[in-house]
Amino acid sequence: MRAQFVASEVGSGLRRNLTMTLAVIITVAVSLTLFGVSLLVRAQVDTMKDFWYDKVEVSIFLCAKGSDTPSCAGGAVTAAQRDQIEADLESLRPLVQDIYYESQEEAFARFQEQFANSPIVDSVNESALPESFRVKLADPTQYDVVASAFSGRPGIEQVNDQRQVLDKFFRLLGGLQAIALIIAVVMLVVTVLLVVNTMRVAAFSRRRETGIMRLVGASNLYIQLPFLLEAAVSAGIGAILAVGGLILTKSVVIDQILAPSFQFTAFVGWDAVVGIAPILILVGIGLSGLAAFLTLRKYLRV
Amino acid sequence: MILFDTVTKLYPNQTRPALEEASLEIEKGEFVFLVGPSGSGKSTFLRLVLREERPTAGNVWVLGKDLSRLSNWKIPALRREIGTVFQDFRLLPNKSVFENVAFALEVIGKPKAHIKKVVPEVLEVVGLEGKEERRPDELSGGEQQRVAIARAFVNRPKLLIADEPTGNLDPGTSVGIMKLLDRINRLGTTVVMSTHDAQIVDQMRRRVVELEHGHVVRDQSRGVYGYAR
Ligand SMILES: Nc1ncnc2c1ncn2[C@@H]1O[C@H](COP(=O)(O)OP(=O)(O)O)[C@@H](O)[C@H]1O
Ligand SMILES: [Mg+2]
Repeated sequence: MRAQFVASEVGSGLRRNLTMTLAVIITVAVSLTLFGVSLLVRAQVDTMKDFWYDKVEVSIFLCAKGSDTPSCAGGAVTAAQRDQIEADLESLRPLVQDIYYESQEEAFARFQEQFANSPIVDSVNESALPESFRVKLADPTQYDVVASAFSGRPGIEQVNDQRQVLDKFFRLLGGLQAIALIIAVVMLVVTVLLVVNTMRVAAFSRRRETGIMRLVGASNLYIQLPFLLEAAVSAGIGAILAVGGLILTKSVVIDQILAPSFQFTAFVGWDAVVGIAPILILVGIGLSGLAAFLTLRKYLRV
Repeated sequence: MILFDTVTKLYPNQTRPALEEASLEIEKGEFVFLVGPSGSGKSTFLRLVLREERPTAGNVWVLGKDLSRLSNWKIPALRREIGTVFQDFRLLPNKSVFENVAFALEVIGKPKAHIKKVVPEVLEVVGLEGKEERRPDELSGGEQQRVAIARAFVNRPKLLIADEPTGNLDPGTSVGIMKLLDRINRLGTTVVMSTHDAQIVDQMRRRVVELEHGHVVRDQSRGVYGYAR
Protein backbone atom coordinates (compact mmCIF):
# COMPACT_ATOMS: atom_id res chain seq x y z
CA MET A 1 0.00 0.00 0.00
CA ARG A 2 1.40 3.35 -1.04
CA ALA A 3 1.02 5.82 1.81
CA GLN A 4 1.64 8.83 -0.38
CA PHE A 5 -1.14 7.87 -2.76
CA VAL A 6 -3.62 7.33 0.07
CA ALA A 7 -2.60 10.61 1.73
CA SER A 8 -3.12 12.61 -1.45
CA GLU A 9 -6.51 10.95 -1.98
CA VAL A 10 -7.55 11.88 1.57
CA GLY A 11 -6.36 15.47 1.13
CA SER A 12 -8.17 15.98 -2.16
CA GLY A 13 -11.27 14.29 -0.77
CA LEU A 14 -11.36 16.61 2.23
CA ARG A 15 -10.94 19.67 0.03
CA ARG A 16 -13.52 18.54 -2.51
CA ASN A 17 -16.10 18.13 0.22
CA LEU A 18 -15.07 21.19 2.18
CA THR A 19 -18.53 22.23 3.38
CA MET A 20 -19.42 18.70 4.44
CA THR A 21 -16.04 18.29 6.11
CA LEU A 22 -16.57 21.52 8.05
CA ALA A 23 -20.07 20.42 9.04
CA VAL A 24 -18.70 17.13 10.38
CA ILE A 25 -15.89 18.90 12.26
CA ILE A 26 -18.32 21.34 13.87
CA THR A 27 -20.93 18.79 14.94
CA VAL A 28 -18.25 16.46 16.28
CA ALA A 29 -16.68 19.37 18.19
CA VAL A 30 -19.98 20.56 19.66
CA SER A 31 -21.35 17.15 20.57
CA LEU A 32 -18.10 15.97 22.10
CA THR A 33 -17.66 19.22 24.05
CA LEU A 34 -21.09 18.70 25.57
CA PHE A 35 -20.28 15.08 26.21
CA GLY A 36 -17.00 16.08 27.85
CA VAL A 37 -18.64 18.75 29.97
CA SER A 38 -21.26 16.29 31.17
CA LEU A 39 -18.48 13.88 32.17
CA LEU A 40 -16.72 16.77 33.89
CA VAL A 41 -19.87 17.63 35.86
CA ARG A 42 -20.09 14.04 37.03
CA ALA A 43 -16.47 14.13 38.10
CA GLN A 44 -17.25 17.42 39.89
CA VAL A 45 -20.16 15.83 41.77
CA ASP A 46 -17.91 12.95 42.82
CA THR A 47 -15.21 15.38 43.96
CA MET A 48 -17.73 17.37 45.98
CA LYS A 49 -19.24 14.26 47.52
CA ASP A 50 -15.79 13.12 48.62
CA PHE A 51 -15.08 16.56 50.01
CA TRP A 52 -18.39 17.22 51.74
CA TYR A 53 -19.51 13.82 53.00
CA ASP A 54 -16.41 13.89 55.19
CA LYS A 55 -17.49 17.19 56.67
CA VAL A 56 -21.24 17.01 56.97
CA GLU A 57 -22.79 17.00 60.41
CA VAL A 58 -26.15 16.49 61.98
CA SER A 59 -27.09 19.63 63.92
CA ILE A 60 -29.38 19.34 66.94
CA PHE A 61 -30.64 22.84 67.68
CA LEU A 62 -31.80 23.38 71.24
CA CYS A 63 -34.67 25.61 72.26
CA ALA A 64 -33.76 29.28 72.67
CA LYS A 65 -35.91 31.89 74.38
CA GLY A 66 -38.26 32.80 71.56
CA SER A 67 -38.51 29.37 69.82
CA ASP A 68 -42.07 28.61 68.78
CA THR A 69 -42.06 24.90 67.88
CA PRO A 70 -44.33 22.73 70.11
CA SER A 71 -41.34 20.93 71.64
CA CYS A 72 -40.08 24.29 72.89
CA ALA A 73 -43.33 25.15 74.71
CA GLY A 74 -41.43 24.91 78.02
CA GLY A 75 -39.17 27.83 77.08
CA ALA A 76 -35.42 27.70 76.64
CA VAL A 77 -33.66 24.39 77.12
CA THR A 78 -32.78 23.54 80.71
CA ALA A 79 -29.39 22.37 81.90
CA ALA A 80 -30.89 18.98 82.84
CA GLN A 81 -32.38 18.50 79.38
CA ARG A 82 -29.09 19.46 77.79
CA ASP A 83 -27.13 16.97 79.91
CA GLN A 84 -29.63 14.22 79.11
CA ILE A 85 -29.33 14.88 75.38
CA GLU A 86 -25.59 14.75 75.58
CA ALA A 87 -25.69 11.50 77.53
CA ASP A 88 -28.05 9.97 74.99
CA LEU A 89 -25.74 11.04 72.15
CA GLU A 90 -22.81 9.42 73.93
CA SER A 91 -24.80 6.19 74.17
CA LEU A 92 -25.12 6.14 70.36
CA ARG A 93 -21.39 5.62 69.87
CA PRO A 94 -19.81 4.23 67.71
CA LEU A 95 -22.36 5.44 65.14
CA VAL A 96 -21.84 8.87 66.63
CA GLN A 97 -18.22 9.66 65.99
CA ASP A 98 -17.76 13.20 67.29
CA ILE A 99 -19.94 15.42 69.43
CA TYR A 100 -19.31 19.10 69.57
CA TYR A 101 -21.34 21.55 71.63
CA GLU A 102 -21.83 25.05 70.27
CA SER A 103 -22.97 27.63 72.80
CA GLN A 104 -25.02 30.72 72.06
CA GLU A 105 -21.90 32.92 72.28
CA GLU A 106 -20.08 30.72 69.77
CA ALA A 107 -23.10 30.66 67.49
CA PHE A 108 -23.26 34.44 67.65
CA ALA A 109 -19.53 34.79 66.91
CA ARG A 110 -19.88 32.52 63.88
CA PHE A 111 -22.95 34.43 62.75
CA GLN A 112 -21.10 37.74 63.00
CA GLU A 113 -18.23 36.34 61.00
CA GLN A 114 -20.50 34.93 58.31
CA PHE A 115 -22.50 38.11 57.85
CA ALA A 116 -19.68 40.53 58.61
CA ASN A 117 -20.55 42.85 55.74
CA SER A 118 -24.30 42.77 56.22
CA PRO A 119 -26.47 45.15 58.26
CA ILE A 120 -28.38 42.09 59.52
CA VAL A 121 -25.68 41.62 62.18
CA ASP A 122 -26.83 44.63 64.14
CA SER A 123 -30.47 43.53 64.28
CA VAL A 124 -29.82 40.08 65.79
CA ASN A 125 -28.90 39.61 69.37
CA GLU A 126 -27.15 36.72 71.00
CA SER A 127 -30.12 35.22 72.83
CA ALA A 128 -32.08 34.72 69.60
CA LEU A 129 -29.52 32.23 68.26
CA PRO A 130 -29.96 28.64 69.41
CA GLU A 131 -27.22 26.64 71.07
CA SER A 132 -26.63 23.26 69.37
CA PHE A 133 -24.90 19.91 69.33
CA ARG A 134 -22.93 19.26 66.15
CA VAL A 135 -22.74 15.52 65.61
CA LYS A 136 -20.52 13.74 63.13
CA LEU A 137 -21.69 10.27 62.15
CA ALA A 138 -19.39 7.36 61.30
CA ASP A 139 -21.82 6.53 58.47
CA PRO A 140 -23.58 9.71 57.28
CA THR A 141 -26.39 7.68 55.66
CA GLN A 142 -27.58 6.57 59.12
CA TYR A 143 -29.04 9.98 59.77
CA ASP A 144 -32.54 8.56 60.51
CA VAL A 145 -31.30 6.87 63.69
CA VAL A 146 -30.38 10.24 65.16
CA ALA A 147 -33.45 12.01 63.80
CA SER A 148 -35.92 9.50 65.25
CA ALA A 149 -34.16 9.53 68.63
CA PHE A 150 -34.12 13.31 69.07
CA SER A 151 -36.59 15.23 66.92
CA GLY A 152 -39.71 16.40 68.74
CA ARG A 153 -38.15 15.89 72.16
CA PRO A 154 -38.76 18.62 74.71
CA GLY A 155 -35.87 21.10 74.71
CA ILE A 156 -34.97 20.35 71.06
CA GLU A 157 -36.13 22.78 68.45
CA GLN A 158 -34.98 21.00 65.33
CA VAL A 159 -32.72 18.20 64.04
CA ASN A 160 -31.03 19.16 60.84
CA ASP A 161 -29.08 16.97 58.42
CA GLN A 162 -26.64 18.90 56.22
CA ARG A 163 -26.33 15.88 54.00
CA GLN A 164 -29.94 16.21 52.89
CA VAL A 165 -29.32 19.79 51.82
CA LEU A 166 -26.22 18.70 49.95
CA ASP A 167 -28.05 15.81 48.31
CA LYS A 168 -30.62 18.20 46.94
CA PHE A 169 -27.79 20.22 45.45
CA PHE A 170 -26.12 17.13 44.05
CA ARG A 171 -29.42 16.01 42.55
CA LEU A 172 -29.64 19.38 40.82
CA LEU A 173 -26.14 18.97 39.45
CA GLY A 174 -26.97 15.39 38.45
CA GLY A 175 -30.02 16.68 36.57
CA LEU A 176 -27.91 19.24 34.73
CA GLN A 177 -25.43 16.51 33.88
CA ALA A 178 -28.23 14.28 32.54
CA ILE A 179 -29.53 17.10 30.35
CA ALA A 180 -26.05 17.80 28.98
CA LEU A 181 -25.62 14.07 28.37
CA ILE A 182 -28.94 13.77 26.54
CA ILE A 183 -28.13 16.74 24.32
CA ALA A 184 -24.68 15.29 23.72
CA VAL A 185 -26.16 11.92 22.69
CA VAL A 186 -28.66 13.59 20.36
CA MET A 187 -25.83 15.62 18.85
CA LEU A 188 -23.76 12.46 18.44
CA VAL A 189 -26.66 10.83 16.59
CA VAL A 190 -26.83 13.91 14.35
CA THR A 191 -23.08 13.59 13.82
CA VAL A 192 -23.43 9.95 12.79
CA LEU A 193 -26.20 10.81 10.31
CA LEU A 194 -24.06 13.59 8.92
CA VAL A 195 -21.07 11.29 8.50
CA VAL A 196 -23.29 8.72 6.77
CA ASN A 197 -24.52 11.37 4.38
CA THR A 198 -21.05 12.80 3.81
CA MET A 199 -19.74 9.37 2.94
CA ARG A 200 -22.64 8.76 0.60
CA VAL A 201 -21.94 12.00 -1.23
CA ALA A 202 -18.19 11.31 -1.27
CA ALA A 203 -18.71 7.78 -2.61
CA PHE A 204 -21.06 9.14 -5.26
CA SER A 205 -18.79 11.97 -6.34
CA ARG A 206 -15.89 9.56 -6.72
CA ARG A 207 -17.81 6.67 -8.28
CA ARG A 208 -15.73 6.95 -11.47
CA GLU A 209 -12.47 6.41 -9.58
CA THR A 210 -13.84 3.70 -7.33
CA GLY A 211 -15.49 1.97 -10.30
CA ILE A 212 -12.13 1.83 -12.10
CA MET A 213 -10.40 0.71 -8.92
CA ARG A 214 -12.81 -2.21 -8.60
CA LEU A 215 -12.31 -3.20 -12.21
CA VAL A 216 -8.53 -3.25 -12.05
CA GLY A 217 -8.65 -5.31 -8.85
CA ALA A 218 -7.89 -2.84 -6.08
CA SER A 219 -8.64 -4.38 -2.70
CA ASN A 220 -11.60 -3.22 -0.67
CA LEU A 221 -9.29 -1.78 1.93
CA TYR A 222 -7.49 0.26 -0.69
CA ILE A 223 -10.75 1.58 -2.11
CA GLN A 224 -12.30 2.40 1.27
CA LEU A 225 -9.27 3.59 3.19
CA PRO A 226 -9.20 7.14 1.79
CA PHE A 227 -12.87 7.54 2.71
CA LEU A 228 -12.40 6.06 6.18
CA LEU A 229 -9.36 8.23 6.85
CA GLU A 230 -11.30 11.24 5.64
CA ALA A 231 -14.05 10.53 8.16
CA ALA A 232 -11.50 9.81 10.88
CA VAL A 233 -9.45 12.94 10.16
CA SER A 234 -12.44 15.28 10.26
CA ALA A 235 -13.77 13.57 13.40
CA GLY A 236 -10.29 13.75 14.90
CA ILE A 237 -10.07 17.49 14.26
CA GLY A 238 -13.53 17.89 15.82
CA ALA A 239 -12.47 15.82 18.83
CA ILE A 240 -9.31 17.89 19.31
CA LEU A 241 -11.44 21.05 19.25
CA ALA A 242 -13.70 19.42 21.86
CA VAL A 243 -10.67 18.67 24.05
CA GLY A 244 -9.72 22.33 23.64
CA GLY A 245 -13.23 23.28 24.76
CA LEU A 246 -12.85 21.04 27.79
CA ILE A 247 -9.49 22.58 28.70
CA LEU A 248 -11.06 26.01 28.34
CA THR A 249 -13.95 24.97 30.58
CA LYS A 250 -11.52 23.79 33.24
CA SER A 251 -9.05 26.68 33.09
CA VAL A 252 -11.51 29.54 32.58
CA VAL A 253 -14.96 28.55 33.81
CA ILE A 254 -13.83 26.44 36.76
CA ASP A 255 -10.44 27.80 37.79
CA GLN A 256 -10.98 31.48 37.07
CA ILE A 257 -14.72 32.04 37.52
CA LEU A 258 -16.19 29.38 39.81
CA ALA A 259 -13.28 28.51 42.12
CA PRO A 260 -12.57 32.08 43.35
CA SER A 261 -16.28 32.65 44.09
CA PHE A 262 -16.89 29.35 45.84
CA GLN A 263 -13.78 28.85 47.89
CA PHE A 264 -15.52 26.67 50.47
CA THR A 265 -15.77 23.70 48.12
CA ALA A 266 -13.41 21.54 46.09
CA PHE A 267 -13.37 21.49 42.30
CA VAL A 268 -12.30 18.81 39.82
CA GLY A 269 -8.60 18.73 39.09
CA TRP A 270 -6.75 18.43 35.79
CA ASP A 271 -6.61 14.66 36.26
CA ALA A 272 -10.31 14.55 35.35
CA VAL A 273 -9.61 16.46 32.12
CA VAL A 274 -6.70 14.15 31.33
CA GLY A 275 -9.01 11.18 31.91
CA ILE A 276 -11.83 12.52 29.73
CA ALA A 277 -9.77 13.77 26.74
CA PRO A 278 -8.85 10.32 25.36
CA ILE A 279 -12.46 9.18 25.79
CA LEU A 280 -13.60 12.10 23.61
CA ILE A 281 -11.03 11.33 20.92
CA LEU A 282 -11.85 7.62 20.93
CA VAL A 283 -15.62 8.19 20.85
CA GLY A 284 -15.27 10.79 18.09
CA ILE A 285 -13.01 8.83 15.79
CA GLY A 286 -14.61 5.48 16.63
CA LEU A 287 -18.17 6.61 16.01
CA SER A 288 -17.36 8.46 12.81
CA GLY A 289 -15.16 5.64 11.52
CA LEU A 290 -17.83 3.05 12.26
CA ALA A 291 -20.55 5.12 10.57
CA ALA A 292 -18.28 5.59 7.55
CA PHE A 293 -17.36 1.91 7.43
CA LEU A 294 -20.98 0.73 7.53
CA THR A 295 -22.02 3.27 4.89
CA LEU A 296 -19.17 2.37 2.56
CA ARG A 297 -19.89 -1.32 2.88
CA LYS A 298 -23.20 -0.55 1.26
CA TYR A 299 -22.05 1.96 -1.36
CA LEU A 300 -18.66 0.58 -2.37
CA ARG A 301 -19.50 -3.08 -2.72
CA VAL A 302 -17.23 -5.30 -4.81
CA MET B 1 -10.08 -20.18 -19.36
CA ILE B 2 -13.83 -19.51 -19.20
CA LEU B 3 -16.51 -22.14 -18.67
CA PHE B 4 -20.23 -21.46 -18.41
CA ASP B 5 -22.23 -24.48 -17.29
CA THR B 6 -25.99 -24.03 -17.87
CA VAL B 7 -25.86 -20.52 -16.50
CA THR B 8 -29.08 -18.57 -15.92
CA LYS B 9 -29.14 -14.96 -14.80
CA LEU B 10 -32.40 -13.37 -13.75
CA TYR B 11 -32.08 -9.80 -12.53
CA PRO B 12 -34.21 -8.81 -9.53
CA ASN B 13 -37.71 -7.63 -10.45
CA GLN B 14 -37.39 -8.97 -14.00
CA THR B 15 -39.55 -11.68 -15.50
CA ARG B 16 -37.31 -12.73 -18.43
CA PRO B 17 -33.84 -13.99 -17.62
CA ALA B 18 -31.02 -11.98 -19.24
CA LEU B 19 -29.19 -15.26 -19.78
CA GLU B 20 -30.86 -18.67 -19.81
CA GLU B 21 -29.10 -22.04 -19.48
CA ALA B 22 -26.11 -20.80 -21.40
CA SER B 23 -23.20 -23.21 -21.71
CA LEU B 24 -19.93 -22.25 -23.33
CA GLU B 25 -16.24 -22.95 -23.08
CA ILE B 26 -13.49 -20.56 -24.14
CA GLU B 27 -9.94 -21.89 -24.34
CA LYS B 28 -6.70 -20.21 -23.56
CA GLY B 29 -5.45 -17.97 -26.36
CA GLU B 30 -8.76 -17.72 -28.21
CA PHE B 31 -10.27 -14.59 -29.71
CA VAL B 32 -14.04 -14.76 -29.36
CA PHE B 33 -16.74 -12.42 -30.66
CA LEU B 34 -19.96 -12.27 -28.68
CA VAL B 35 -22.66 -11.04 -31.05
CA GLY B 36 -26.39 -10.50 -30.88
CA PRO B 37 -28.95 -7.72 -30.83
CA SER B 38 -29.14 -5.21 -28.03
CA GLY B 39 -30.59 -6.80 -24.90
CA SER B 40 -29.58 -10.32 -25.91
CA GLY B 41 -27.38 -10.74 -22.81
CA LYS B 42 -23.83 -9.94 -24.02
CA SER B 43 -22.99 -7.49 -21.23
CA THR B 44 -24.57 -9.80 -18.67
CA PHE B 45 -22.29 -12.61 -19.87
CA LEU B 46 -19.21 -10.41 -19.46
CA ARG B 47 -20.31 -9.14 -16.01
CA LEU B 48 -20.66 -12.74 -14.87
CA VAL B 49 -17.07 -13.40 -15.98
CA LEU B 50 -15.89 -10.40 -13.94
CA ARG B 51 -17.98 -11.56 -10.99
CA GLU B 52 -19.78 -8.21 -11.02
CA GLU B 53 -22.93 -10.31 -11.04
CA ARG B 54 -23.59 -13.79 -9.75
CA PRO B 55 -25.60 -16.34 -11.72
CA THR B 56 -29.09 -17.24 -10.53
CA ALA B 57 -28.38 -20.86 -11.50
CA GLY B 58 -25.47 -22.77 -12.99
CA ASN B 59 -21.73 -22.36 -12.55
CA VAL B 60 -19.12 -20.03 -13.97
CA TRP B 61 -15.41 -20.94 -14.02
CA VAL B 62 -12.84 -18.29 -14.87
CA LEU B 63 -9.07 -18.87 -14.92
CA GLY B 64 -9.62 -22.23 -13.27
CA LYS B 65 -11.68 -20.83 -10.40
CA ASP B 66 -15.28 -21.69 -9.59
CA LEU B 67 -16.69 -18.21 -9.07
CA SER B 68 -19.56 -19.47 -6.93
CA ARG B 69 -16.99 -20.64 -4.38
CA LEU B 70 -14.77 -17.59 -4.62
CA SER B 71 -15.00 -15.55 -1.45
CA ASN B 72 -15.46 -11.80 -1.73
CA TRP B 73 -11.98 -10.89 -0.62
CA LYS B 74 -10.45 -12.94 -3.44
CA ILE B 75 -12.32 -11.08 -6.18
CA PRO B 76 -9.67 -8.30 -6.51
CA ALA B 77 -6.98 -10.93 -7.16
CA LEU B 78 -9.17 -12.42 -9.92
CA ARG B 79 -9.75 -9.03 -11.51
CA ARG B 80 -6.03 -8.27 -11.57
CA GLU B 81 -5.70 -11.08 -14.08
CA ILE B 82 -8.49 -9.77 -16.30
CA GLY B 83 -8.27 -6.60 -18.35
CA THR B 84 -11.50 -4.76 -19.15
CA VAL B 85 -12.45 -2.30 -21.87
CA PHE B 86 -15.82 -0.63 -22.35
CA GLN B 87 -17.68 1.31 -24.97
CA ASP B 88 -17.49 4.50 -22.88
CA PHE B 89 -13.70 4.27 -22.21
CA ARG B 90 -14.07 5.05 -18.47
CA LEU B 91 -11.04 7.31 -18.21
CA LEU B 92 -10.46 9.85 -15.44
CA PRO B 93 -10.91 13.25 -17.10
CA ASN B 94 -8.56 15.18 -14.81
CA LYS B 95 -5.63 12.79 -15.22
CA SER B 96 -3.18 12.64 -18.10
CA VAL B 97 -2.77 9.61 -20.36
CA PHE B 98 0.22 8.48 -18.31
CA GLU B 99 -1.61 9.01 -15.00
CA ASN B 100 -4.71 7.16 -16.19
CA VAL B 101 -2.66 4.07 -16.94
CA ALA B 102 -0.50 4.51 -13.82
CA PHE B 103 -3.65 4.77 -11.68
CA ALA B 104 -4.49 1.13 -12.38
CA LEU B 105 -1.08 0.14 -11.01
CA GLU B 106 -1.03 2.55 -8.06
CA VAL B 107 -4.30 1.25 -6.68
CA ILE B 108 -3.05 -2.31 -6.62
CA GLY B 109 0.06 -1.18 -4.76
CA LYS B 110 2.71 -1.45 -7.48
CA PRO B 111 5.96 0.37 -6.71
CA LYS B 112 6.69 3.66 -8.42
CA ALA B 113 9.79 2.40 -10.20
CA HIS B 114 7.78 -0.42 -11.76
CA ILE B 115 5.10 2.04 -12.88
CA LYS B 116 7.69 4.36 -14.48
CA LYS B 117 9.04 1.43 -16.44
CA VAL B 118 5.92 -0.37 -17.67
CA VAL B 119 3.57 2.52 -18.47
CA PRO B 120 5.71 3.93 -21.33
CA GLU B 121 6.14 0.39 -22.64
CA VAL B 122 2.42 -0.27 -22.84
CA LEU B 123 1.74 3.19 -24.29
CA GLU B 124 4.09 2.25 -27.08
CA VAL B 125 2.26 -1.03 -27.65
CA VAL B 126 -1.03 0.85 -28.15
CA GLY B 127 0.61 3.54 -30.29
CA LEU B 128 0.31 6.52 -27.94
CA GLU B 129 3.99 7.35 -27.48
CA GLY B 130 4.45 11.12 -27.30
CA LYS B 131 0.95 11.70 -25.96
CA GLU B 132 1.66 10.82 -22.32
CA GLU B 133 0.82 14.27 -20.97
CA ARG B 134 -2.45 14.82 -22.87
CA ARG B 135 -5.76 14.77 -21.04
CA PRO B 136 -8.60 12.58 -22.33
CA ASP B 137 -10.47 15.61 -23.74
CA GLU B 138 -7.41 16.39 -25.88
CA LEU B 139 -7.63 12.99 -27.57
CA SER B 140 -9.84 11.51 -30.32
CA GLY B 141 -12.27 8.74 -29.41
CA GLY B 142 -9.98 6.13 -30.89
CA GLU B 143 -7.03 7.45 -28.89
CA GLN B 144 -9.09 7.46 -25.70
CA GLN B 145 -9.98 3.83 -26.32
CA ARG B 146 -6.29 3.09 -26.78
CA VAL B 147 -5.61 4.58 -23.36
CA ALA B 148 -8.30 2.32 -21.91
CA ILE B 149 -6.75 -0.67 -23.66
CA ALA B 150 -3.30 0.30 -22.35
CA ARG B 151 -4.74 0.43 -18.83
CA ALA B 152 -6.39 -2.96 -19.30
CA PHE B 153 -3.23 -4.51 -20.71
CA VAL B 154 -0.54 -2.92 -18.54
CA ASN B 155 -0.61 -5.85 -16.11
CA ARG B 156 -0.34 -8.34 -19.00
CA PRO B 157 -3.62 -10.03 -18.04
CA LYS B 158 -4.37 -13.58 -19.14
CA LEU B 159 -7.82 -12.49 -20.24
CA LEU B 160 -9.15 -9.32 -21.85
CA ILE B 161 -12.85 -8.54 -21.77
CA ALA B 162 -14.12 -5.89 -24.18
CA ASP B 163 -17.77 -4.83 -24.13
CA GLU B 164 -18.54 -3.16 -27.48
CA PRO B 165 -15.16 -1.39 -27.56
CA THR B 166 -15.85 0.09 -30.99
CA GLY B 167 -19.45 1.06 -30.24
CA ASN B 168 -18.63 4.77 -30.04
CA LEU B 169 -16.09 4.85 -32.85
CA ASP B 170 -16.33 5.40 -36.60
CA PRO B 171 -15.50 2.45 -38.88
CA GLY B 172 -11.99 3.63 -39.79
CA THR B 173 -10.99 4.11 -36.17
CA SER B 174 -12.59 0.79 -35.26
CA VAL B 175 -10.28 -1.05 -37.61
CA GLY B 176 -7.27 0.35 -35.77
CA ILE B 177 -8.70 -0.76 -32.42
CA MET B 178 -9.38 -4.24 -33.81
CA LYS B 179 -5.80 -4.51 -35.06
CA LEU B 180 -4.63 -3.58 -31.58
CA LEU B 181 -6.84 -6.19 -29.90
CA ASP B 182 -5.64 -8.75 -32.42
CA ARG B 183 -2.03 -7.87 -31.56
CA ILE B 184 -2.77 -8.24 -27.85
CA ASN B 185 -4.32 -11.64 -28.57
CA ARG B 186 -1.20 -12.70 -30.48
CA LEU B 187 0.89 -11.68 -27.46
CA GLY B 188 -0.90 -14.48 -25.58
CA THR B 189 -3.95 -12.85 -24.00
CA THR B 190 -7.34 -14.47 -24.47
CA VAL B 191 -9.80 -11.87 -25.81
CA VAL B 192 -13.58 -11.93 -25.48
CA MET B 193 -15.32 -9.05 -27.20
CA SER B 194 -18.97 -8.26 -27.60
CA THR B 195 -20.05 -6.28 -30.64
CA HIS B 196 -22.83 -5.23 -32.96
CA ASP B 197 -20.46 -4.52 -35.76
CA ALA B 198 -20.98 -7.05 -38.56
CA GLN B 199 -18.20 -5.64 -40.72
CA ILE B 200 -15.56 -6.14 -38.06
CA VAL B 201 -16.67 -9.67 -37.29
CA ASP B 202 -16.76 -10.62 -40.93
CA GLN B 203 -13.28 -9.25 -41.55
CA MET B 204 -11.61 -10.92 -38.61
CA ARG B 205 -12.90 -14.44 -39.18
CA ARG B 206 -12.57 -15.53 -35.58
CA ARG B 207 -14.80 -17.61 -33.36
CA VAL B 208 -18.33 -16.16 -33.10
CA VAL B 209 -20.83 -16.89 -30.35
CA GLU B 210 -24.28 -15.51 -31.00
CA LEU B 211 -26.79 -14.76 -28.24
CA GLU B 212 -30.49 -14.24 -28.69
CA HIS B 213 -32.84 -13.56 -25.78
CA GLY B 214 -30.22 -14.93 -23.44
CA HIS B 215 -29.68 -18.19 -25.32
CA VAL B 216 -26.54 -19.26 -27.16
CA VAL B 217 -27.95 -19.81 -30.64
CA ARG B 218 -24.72 -20.19 -32.60
CA ASP B 219 -21.10 -21.04 -31.87
CA GLN B 220 -18.87 -21.04 -34.91
CA SER B 221 -15.13 -21.02 -35.30
CA ARG B 222 -13.92 -18.63 -38.01
CA GLY B 223 -17.48 -17.29 -38.20
CA VAL B 224 -19.27 -14.26 -39.64
CA TYR B 225 -21.73 -11.89 -37.99
CA GLY B 226 -24.94 -13.55 -39.20
CA TYR B 227 -26.34 -15.92 -41.83
CA ALA B 228 -28.78 -13.31 -43.02
CA ARG B 229 -26.21 -11.19 -44.81
N1 LIG C 1 -28.79 -4.37 -13.86
C1 LIG C 1 -29.86 -4.85 -14.52
N2 LIG C 1 -31.06 -4.94 -13.88
C2 LIG C 1 -32.14 -5.43 -14.52
N3 LIG C 1 -32.14 -5.83 -15.76
C3 LIG C 1 -31.00 -5.77 -16.48
C4 LIG C 1 -29.80 -5.27 -15.89
N4 LIG C 1 -28.82 -5.32 -16.81
C5 LIG C 1 -29.38 -5.84 -17.93
N5 LIG C 1 -30.69 -6.11 -17.73
C6 LIG C 1 -31.61 -6.72 -18.72
O1 LIG C 1 -31.06 -7.93 -19.12
C7 LIG C 1 -31.21 -8.12 -20.52
C8 LIG C 1 -29.83 -8.31 -21.15
O2 LIG C 1 -29.11 -7.09 -21.06
P1 LIG C 1 -27.60 -6.98 -21.48
O3 LIG C 1 -26.84 -8.11 -20.90
O4 LIG C 1 -27.14 -5.61 -21.13
O5 LIG C 1 -27.67 -7.14 -23.04
P2 LIG C 1 -26.70 -6.59 -24.20
O6 LIG C 1 -25.40 -6.24 -23.57
O7 LIG C 1 -26.62 -7.72 -25.14
O8 LIG C 1 -27.39 -5.42 -24.78
C9 LIG C 1 -31.94 -6.89 -21.03
O9 LIG C 1 -33.31 -7.22 -21.15
C10 LIG C 1 -31.73 -5.87 -19.96
O10 LIG C 1 -32.85 -5.03 -19.86
MG1 LIG D 1 -24.39 -4.35 -23.57
